[in-house]
Amino acid sequence: MSGAINAVRRWTVWPMLWKEFLQLGRDRLTFALMTGLPAIQLVLFGYAIQTDVRKLPTVVVDESRTSESRALVQVLQNTDNFTIRARVADRAAATRWIERGAARVALVIPPDYQRNIRGGHTGVAQLLIDAADPQSSGAAIAGAQLAAQARGAQLLAQRYQLRAPVEIRVRPWYNPAQKSAVFIVPGIVGILLTITMTLITSTAIVRERERGTLEQLIVTPIGKVSLMLGKLLPFVLVGYVQMSVILLLGVTFFGIPVRGSLLLLYGLALVFIVASLGVGLLISTVARSQAQAMQLGFFFMLPNILLSGYIFPRAAMPEPAQWLGLLLPLTYFLDILRGVLLKGVGVRDLWQQLGALVVLASVLFVVSVRRFSKTLD
Amino acid sequence: MTAAPVVRTRALHKRFGDLVAVQALDLEIARGEVFGLLGPNGSGKTTTIRMLCGLVLPTSGTAEVAGYDITTQSEQVRRRIGYMSQRYGLYDELTVRENLRFYASVYGLVGRDRDERLAEHTDALRLVERLDQRAGTLSGGWKQRLALACATAHRPDLVFLDEPTAGVDPAARRTFWETIYELAQQGTTVLVTTHYMDEAERCQRLAFLSRGHLIGIGTPAEVVQQFGARTVEDVFVMLQQRDEAAMPVAAGRS
Repeated sequence: MSGAINAVRRWTVWPMLWKEFLQLGRDRLTFALMTGLPAIQLVLFGYAIQTDVRKLPTVVVDESRTSESRALVQVLQNTDNFTIRARVADRAAATRWIERGAARVALVIPPDYQRNIRGGHTGVAQLLIDAADPQSSGAAIAGAQLAAQARGAQLLAQRYQLRAPVEIRVRPWYNPAQKSAVFIVPGIVGILLTITMTLITSTAIVRERERGTLEQLIVTPIGKVSLMLGKLLPFVLVGYVQMSVILLLGVTFFGIPVRGSLLLLYGLALVFIVASLGVGLLISTVARSQAQAMQLGFFFMLPNILLSGYIFPRAAMPEPAQWLGLLLPLTYFLDILRGVLLKGVGVRDLWQQLGALVVLASVLFVVSVRRFSKTLD
Repeated sequence: MTAAPVVRTRALHKRFGDLVAVQALDLEIARGEVFGLLGPNGSGKTTTIRMLCGLVLPTSGTAEVAGYDITTQSEQVRRRIGYMSQRYGLYDELTVRENLRFYASVYGLVGRDRDERLAEHTDALRLVERLDQRAGTLSGGWKQRLALACATAHRPDLVFLDEPTAGVDPAARRTFWETIYELAQQGTTVLVTTHYMDEAERCQRLAFLSRGHLIGIGTPAEVVQQFGARTVEDVFVMLQQRDEAAMPVAAGRS
């Protein structure tokens, strides 16, 4: 170990850093990947992709035209899941709206709706939903059912002069406005670091091998440790800059709260960075060309986006998918990001995630450094 | 002092699995020599150079480069050698000046020392006019000159040139060889592999390798005489034909 420390000399790491930053700044593809990608992700996931379903276009066929039917429409509208686009004459017209795609939902209230309610029967209305997209239709269905139940309970209470016996008052903590940006933007930090540490790092190393500069470096007295440090450190710095920029933009434009300690977050990020660098280094030892490294990198990104809980909740996944997710460093880092930023928790509540990350980081890094230093012989 | 050879190998062996790349190589190269390593493809030239540079470890045998053992003192060896590969090892995104600065710094040259050394060096290698051009946009000849400059900025005792003039036009080859002679006159030993016979004849001494064996060594004239041929090229062609004829047998033997 002392030999390894002796091998790190300032004069060998500095030129590597200097050279790497010059290259990063001048290689257009890499530069675009590092700056353009985060910007696009932020805009896409911050603004465009809303996993929370709001304001589905809705048409109303009100054949009852009574105060009760108007009250029902109002109740649905209040859920914010529906926006009334039009009132149409009959069911056939409503169907045409849905078929054209101009409406996703049609509410049909029959002529006897108020009469049934007042007569002590059940007033039945119908909700037609374009359920091709299960996520948004699911939200619409749940919203409509809740609204109807609430309205029903209200009417019952009126009819029998009762107070509601049970009521649940919901307080959505951590993200009271239920905005998906608050959930997604912290995750972008994790995705971005994964891209930089695996994709960009591995292609940068493979490029050196492809062009023969790696061989050239091995012949110099630089030493393996300095060479590796010189190659990996720049990306750690780049990662921290990216993280800071996303956090800054997230706080400024998306109202992301910073409830916990940033210092803790940056510290824990290092463990995640080391784990991801391990993956990047591993890819660089397997890939024969830059194109292969890119492909492997994207292949690794896929489960990270799908299984880590970045967009899709892990709790909703089948068990095997959840187990696979446990193998990804990002899964734990997302918990850490959301925990520190949104909940303001400290390391005491994150020790499980930290432990898992430390294990993953040590295994990945040790294995890949070994493999990599063999390629240097 | 002058008698101590810069390269001395004893029974140097390199085996890749079943393939014997270099066998029982004994070689001595004197200081300030321009020494050519010749042989058909697969004869072991590149493997020999890679062993002497410390890029691959020998299977058995020993070698000293600049007075240090290549297996046990590889770091000392690396400080005293320069290496220019067929691929040049330049950073395309960096300018000529930046490439030079980078390689000089990696060899521990810093500050004013480095800048003075590089100024002198770029002058000698006639690179001054291209200092701010990106290496990736240079023509083959300029790239080659820059690669040589990067490999020699730290004033190595010995510089290895592995097929340095492949794909370079004749005029650039001529200037390149003038530079090599200048280096040798300053006391730098040059070990070069080449496929060009006119270049082989410019070397002060030659070694012919065939299927991993050293089969002839001496001045170009001596080598030609040893093989009873008229020119170095004849020797080369003769060896290549012999190798090709022996191929199937060789596979069975090894």
